[in-house]
Amino acid sequence: MNMTKLLEVKNLKMYYSTMKGDVKAVDDISFSLEKGESLGLAGESGCGKSSVALALMKLYPSNAKILSGEVLLDGVNLLEMSDEVIRQNIRWKRISIVPQAAMNAFNPVFTIKEQIVEAILTHEDVTEKEAGERTVELLRRVGIDPSRASNYPHEFSGGMKQRAMMAMALSCNPDLIIADEPTTALDVIVQAQVLKEIKTLQEELGLSMILISHDLSVVAETCEKTMIMYAGNIVEDASTLEIFRAALHPYSIGLLGAFPKLTGERKRLESIKGNPPNLLNPPPGCRFHPRCPNAKDLCEVIPPFIQETHKGHRVACHMVNKHPEYR
Amino acid sequence: MASDDLIRVANLKKYFPVRTNLLASLRSKEVPMVKAIDGVSFTIPRGKIFGIVGESGSGKTTTGRAILRLEEPTAGSVTIEGEDIVKLDKEELKKRRREMQIIFQDPFESLNPKMTIYEVVVEPLEIHRIGKDEEERRKLVSEALEEVQLIPPEDFLFRYPHELSGGQRQRVAIARALILRPKFIVADEPVSMLDVSIRTEVLNLMLDLQEKFGLTYLFITHDLAIARYMSSNIGVMYLGKIIEFGEVSEVLDDPDHPYTQALMAAVPVPDAERKRGELPIRGETPQPINLPPGCRFNPRCPYAFDKCFKEEPELFPVEPGHGAACFLYADFHSGRLERGRLPKY
Repeated sequence: MNMTKLLEVKNLKMYYSTMKGDVKAVDDISFSLEKGESLGLAGESGCGKSSVALALMKLYPSNAKILSGEVLLDGVNLLEMSDEVIRQNIRWKRISIVPQAAMNAFNPVFTIKEQIVEAILTHEDVTEKEAGERTVELLRRVGIDPSRASNYPHEFSGGMKQRAMMAMALSCNPDLIIADEPTTALDVIVQAQVLKEIKTLQEELGLSMILISHDLSVVAETCEKTMIMYAGNIVEDASTLEIFRAALHPYSIGLLGAFPKLTGERKRLESIKGNPPNLLNPPPGCRFHPRCPNAKDLCEVIPPFIQETHKGHRVACHMVNKHPEYR
Repeated sequence: MASDDLIRVANLKKYFPVRTNLLASLRSKEVPMVKAIDGVSFTIPRGKIFGIVGESGSGKTTTGRAILRLEEPTAGSVTIEGEDIVKLDKEELKKRRREMQIIFQDPFESLNPKMTIYEVVVEPLEIHRIGKDEEERRKLVSEALEEVQLIPPEDFLFRYPHELSGGQRQRVAIARALILRPKFIVADEPVSMLDVSIRTEVLNLMLDLQEKFGLTYLFITHDLAIARYMSSNIGVMYLGKIIEFGEVSEVLDDPDHPYTQALMAAVPVPDAERKRGELPIRGETPQPINLPPGCRFNPRCPYAFDKCFKEEPELFPVEPGHGAACFLYADFHSGRLERGRLPKY
């Protein structure tokens, strides 16, 4: 499996300074992404998943500080680049983002076409006419009738705005797309349409993608690999198939068990006890130990490292050090 | 059966006028209306949970609010234990309100941030003059907090909503609804703002309380899996109408209305091995202002035929207690169509 790594994140640690102390939003995480791979980053609100996206794009707010780590894109560390270089060469051209609440990401006083053309002209040396043609082509690709290109954002429905946002993200041929909760505000039927579109585009264009979602079912349908975050740490990552078939971390297992079934017999759902911790003062040791059914003394003191239980499956848990199939 | 229906909703309607400019309103006499709910009827037997599912704009929240007269219905009746709430005057309604409570969607907005938990939960007692003194009320509040698993209650009484987590806040909202010992509770998307690991606890708590106090719920949600987990019967709403109803497993395992079928095909499931088929319908739900003539689903329906563009379908029975508002089933009960031969995706 020695494929080309597009993105490699090593020991990334990002805290937010606040009046009350540091919020440990991303605490020593490492992962990598291959070319053409789709990775789902799942977790509950406040687990740090959006902060990871901001760090990758160097778009974090001014009170964020990177304490350690590297973000390597084709082997070059983005965190060492100046903002100017990032803006010129990385954002949109290499990595682009489909933000959360894309419905509000467009400027209401310009047409959709004007906004996408502007994005292209800012980053690439093309004429306005060429940019316009590319915009129309992109809109067609994402399933929007080109005759609607000159509409204003308010004339688009939620699903169309989300599609247009995807067209914009694709406008400078990036290698990596980060989609942050791309369908959270949409109704199920539209969500299904948009997810399908995302998946098709990703496969056809050979894009790498990180899809961030609180909804495991969205990840299950769209991504090849799944990574689960809890309280600023990665607790488990593996192929999506394996996560859903044989999750190992007690948090992943709990999360999967918390979804009611759509069909079949009705069983009482087991919930995970307690609440996620406040990241100002996360619990010592394993951050999940106060809620963990298997916690032992060790877990209260020493934070577990994430390690491979077998090829391509990593887990951060003292109680799990071998994949059952490997025991 | 019929005698034990706690709630009967008949042909309930709620129209909202669309604000237009002065000139337009002078020119035409007719004010355009948003038909948020347009003739909804259902009954809920005592001690059962009826689920309403639908996408945004389908009118499910308005239905819940109109039933409690938080919105004045435009037409129709809502009967609780034989008494029509729509006809009650203010005083009588206040008395009835003791028996009918609501849990709102957003526990971050439904609790007054300046009130302590005690003040929030005791307020209904004060409004309805229950409890002879402060001490007794304090005891009732503590009991209500214990019932929703905020234990020990002393730890919560004098805290403010912002000090609690989302799940705890929703428990406070449930305690406040519960303290009047209501018979009927409208729960409007009570867990949609909560994280997955927390929402299960709230759902289980609501089920336990329902059993313990023999409560009747109207459970409103956009999530079909949650509707299945909570309710015994459901109604699927589309643009202000119930287009399919029945026993929950029957409707979801074997949906009959093309819209319900499309919804079921679109729901993402946490199962990496499931492959999604083609989505049967395209487009998005239109605004409920200028509804098309005939069936309101006809612009998106893959089966629509001439009749669908002229007449509006009623709810045709598909099986006992299971109906669909679709002309495909108009002839079904007369035996001209067999169930297995009905079109399915």
